[in-house]
Amino acid sequence: MSETIDSQAHSDDDYEEPAILPLPLDAWHRAKGGRMVEFAGYHMPVQYEGIMAEHLWTREAAGLFDVSHMGQLTFTGEGVVPALEALMPADIAGLAFNRARYSLLLDAEGGILDDLMLTRQAEDRVYMVVNGATKYDDIGHMIEQLPDDITLNLMEDHALLALQGPKAVDALARLIPGVADLVFMQAAAFEWQGHALWISRSGYTGEDGFEISVPAEAAEALADALVAQPEVKPIGLGARDSLRLEAGLPLYGHDLSPETTPVMADLGFALFKRRRETADFPGAARILKEREQGAATKRVGLLVEGRQPVREGAIVVDAAGKEIGHVTSGGFAPTVGAPIAMAYVPAALAVPGTRVQLQQRGKPHDATVAALPFVPHRYFRGVK
Amino acid sequence: MSRYFTQDHEWIDVDGETGTVGISDYAQGQLGDIVFVEVPEDGKKLTKGDDAAVVESVKAASDVYSPVSGTVIEGNPALADDPALVNSDPEGEGWFYKITLSDPSELEALMDESAYEAFVAKL
Repeated sequence: MSETIDSQAHSDDDYEEPAILPLPLDAWHRAKGGRMVEFAGYHMPVQYEGIMAEHLWTREAAGLFDVSHMGQLTFTGEGVVPALEALMPADIAGLAFNRARYSLLLDAEGGILDDLMLTRQAEDRVYMVVNGATKYDDIGHMIEQLPDDITLNLMEDHALLALQGPKAVDALARLIPGVADLVFMQAAAFEWQGHALWISRSGYTGEDGFEISVPAEAAEALADALVAQPEVKPIGLGARDSLRLEAGLPLYGHDLSPETTPVMADLGFALFKRRRETADFPGAARILKEREQGAATKRVGLLVEGRQPVREGAIVVDAAGKEIGHVTSGGFAPTVGAPIAMAYVPAALAVPGTRVQLQQRGKPHDATVAALPFVPHRYFRGVK
Repeated sequence: MSRYFTQDHEWIDVDGETGTVGISDYAQGQLGDIVFVEVPEDGKKLTKGDDAAVVESVKAASDVYSPVSGTVIEGNPALADDPALVNSDPEGEGWFYKITLSDPSELEALMDESAYEAFVAKL
């Protein structure tokens, strides 16, 4: 028996690259029974009790994810807002303090270099979270592009925890009063046992939840305090991937790349109105043209017939068997109870209900284009 | 009846010329939650080491290699509706296929239960 496909992580070998540095919670994961794999240059837990159980627990209670491999950055200095706006299509100037936005780092042709979350913390201060596998490339790109008087700080002395699920608010509010007052995409500074925390009501599962930036020296104590809550279990990267897939959220390096634009990736919401009007973000001419006329290919969700998962690397074929698109993520969806996928298909097929044929390792699979997300988002947008 | 194991974590129970093939408890534990199994069709001729079946967990797809050469008698029909049998009873109800052995001498190269346990303990 041998593993032929592994979309997310690679198992540890007997030898190890010497460059791998332990993250703040490395020993904590091992003590909790996490199965560690190499991911984004770190050892990370892929699962504890099992991906299926962890996935379902997160959807009904609360899951604690260590995402300390991601890059936490701060940008400071006069003019930091227009300087960052020059690199991405976000309206940062129009963003109230302590509000978060999803955005995309774009190259000159409008290709996606990374997707990210940014929060305006003050007039001239922006906090940003970028993907772990791309953080050093992002930093290189931004240092090259940003004016010299902007200071970029990689917060390597901080861990990042995500607490996700419908009961996340109950568990976290017990430890840190006040977090329940945050709404989706709002953030604020808090204090826990003398440690400064930065907490945002956001995440990558489609559920209500929080992302918590914590000084590395307090990360273990906070993780212990969180899993001591009856609603909370530790969750690995495996369930993080199946949860985000069901939530229709793209994963950089799989569903997004420099070959894809925001319009192709169906992320038009990240193109803010003021920025479309000023058309001064990288690749604006191409992206705005695609927005008007449509892109040739588009990211869609697929419901796969049968039970066999269709994963990244499978192709979309026409009636003659010719390749017309490709699957960028896929797997068994525990909450849906069936295999699902994301793929890039020709625009004419990018309509929910359209039947498409896939091919994986020479075997055909039928699928139907589905509206994203597969599982409805349950973000907390405030009491109406 | 004797049970043999491969280094790739397949097991085979042999009763006369008939073998029953599955994956070991260690293998199912490594794979995690199994969501799909494709077993070989009746009558399929397999050479030792051929891809005989596919097992998919939430995370990944894996090939199962035939531990012996021969002709498939039947695939386990229960796995189509309940692939998780491979997790709950990998070395029993979660068997993959039955095969008529064409060369029983191939068994000599496989491990017995205690040799396999020692092999897994070193992984």
